[in-house]
Amino acid sequence: MVGRIYMSFCVLLLIVIIVSMVYFVASKGLANFISGRVSLTDFLFGTKWAPEAATPSFGALPFISGSFLVTLLAALIASPLSICAALFMTEIVPGWGKKLLQPVIELLSGIPSVVYGFVGLSVIVPFLRDTFPGQGIGVAAGALVLSVMILPTITSVAADALSSLPQNLKESSFALGATRWQTISRVILPTTMPAIMTGVVLGMARAFGEALAVQMVIGNAPFVPRSLFESASTLTSVITLSMGNTTMGSTLNNALWSMALVLMLMTFVFVLLVRMLERRNKI
Amino acid sequence: MQFRKSWIMALALTSVVALSACGNSNNAATNNGGNNAAATNTPTESSSGADLSGSILASGSTALQPLVELAAESFMDANSGVDIQVQGGGSGTGLTQVSEGQVDIGNSDVFAEEKLKDADAAKAEALVDHQVAVVAISAVSNPDAGVDSLTKQQLVDIFTGKITNWSEVGGADQAIQIINRPSSSGTRATFEAFALGTKTEDLQGSVQEDSSGTVKKMIGETPGAIGYLALSYLDETVKTINYDGVEPSVDNVVSGDYPVWAYQHMYTNGEPNEVVKAFLDYMLTDEVQNGDVVELGYIPASAMQVSRDVEGNVTAK
Repeated sequence: MVGRIYMSFCVLLLIVIIVSMVYFVASKGLANFISGRVSLTDFLFGTKWAPEAATPSFGALPFISGSFLVTLLAALIASPLSICAALFMTEIVPGWGKKLLQPVIELLSGIPSVVYGFVGLSVIVPFLRDTFPGQGIGVAAGALVLSVMILPTITSVAADALSSLPQNLKESSFALGATRWQTISRVILPTTMPAIMTGVVLGMARAFGEALAVQMVIGNAPFVPRSLFESASTLTSVITLSMGNTTMGSTLNNALWSMALVLMLMTFVFVLLVRMLERRNKI
Repeated sequence: MQFRKSWIMALALTSVVALSACGNSNNAATNNGGNNAAATNTPTESSSGADLSGSILASGSTALQPLVELAAESFMDANSGVDIQVQGGGSGTGLTQVSEGQVDIGNSDVFAEEKLKDADAAKAEALVDHQVAVVAISAVSNPDAGVDSLTKQQLVDIFTGKITNWSEVGGADQAIQIINRPSSSGTRATFEAFALGTKTEDLQGSVQEDSSGTVKKMIGETPGAIGYLALSYLDETVKTINYDGVEPSVDNVVSGDYPVWAYQHMYTNGEPNEVVKAFLDYMLTDEVQNGDVVELGYIPASAMQVSRDVEGNVTAK
């Protein structure tokens, strides 16, 4: 009885916290639009971000596009690597392959993001600067750092999906005379694709919300980048850069909360996507 | 059925409570609300300061944080009844929290009037300024740029994108890469106000970083980079650039010859209470001004031979 009451209390508290957080971010994020100091279309589609100018403008399109750009690029780089790693661990050499790869990949998820940022700044940025035009800092550096950070998420979800595949599917395929490669490409990957996509979406959600590591290597210029090697910003990087310097209730501060609201709404979209994929996975 | 109904009722009730609580504390998101209560009910039995007790909470500028922390430690050693907590969060956060009474002292790199504008101007008026140190900022470049000195006009042209190659100002044939601060940064505001004399807009492809350590690393490693750093961060990995021929040295700042500097402010909401006042007075004693302040690379506010008001007018002291 006591346990039940305690559990109910915890659940209730959790719900209250979530509801109040959503309310808080929404009320702060919408303040500028309600008071009419910034129009919603200017915010979402404006390309000029100059909060301290004589006539301030609060166009957040550079940050929104930057966030999507690095997230998609990171997913593009990380997904093939992760899926190969998962296949290696479950299908190719399940024994020592798993023993070797699993701890290494779990280790990746435990490294603090500031370390990723610093490694990015010390290794990836100079490499890009020497190899490609531009200063090394920019979208490509951000996407590379992020792709390493989301590897463990995609790999572990994909590996779980692959190892939970019914054994008889594979055995039937082999019995029909299919080679291992044919079994993997025609049977295993198509049947587990929705579950693997869940991992990819979870990885993208992580990439979309990551702040510190990206902020250190992306350059944070408030512009839509013209090339992969040009400085750009993400929603998270501009929030972390400016939040402490602004006073609560100012237009700039509220504009930052609007970006937080965009981030939160995007997280809802990612969660929704994962839910839909899971439902498809069951059938 | 009965059970379900009660659950829904409970849920609805708690949501309502949560929402109303949110409404009240709308501005207290980063609150430390409870902590400052102790500071206001300090016993006031002696004025000698020997038996001080109470607690002080300070927040704000990360540039000022190490100095206040260091001074707080020695102050607490001398006054065992006093407990001082120093938090960062940025100048904007410090000013917000002190004007809302969440902390006793708000640390800021800029005058409160510059951050609390328009609708918040009344809040700035209620704040009392205590200037404890001075930070000077110097333009710095990558050592390979080959330029020792820049005039004000040259700096303006560089930071507005008119000059894009170091050869145009007598340096190496190397494209200029600007390493800036975010437009809300206090360091950038100081540099723009006193070195450039004008606000600049961000340029496509410019780089913005907010930690001085990262800025220094970037300038040191990126060919053709230019940026600005507080004097305490300067070392041989970056090239210090003279401003209109004046070297950014402590002596030149103190005498008023080098103009790119700003006060470090510790704001209180109205006149401080006895404990806070004792601590602020301690910050201005020779022990701190010539000790901790100098040690950490700031310039003592007491040594300055000139003073500057919020409009930027400089007068001899």
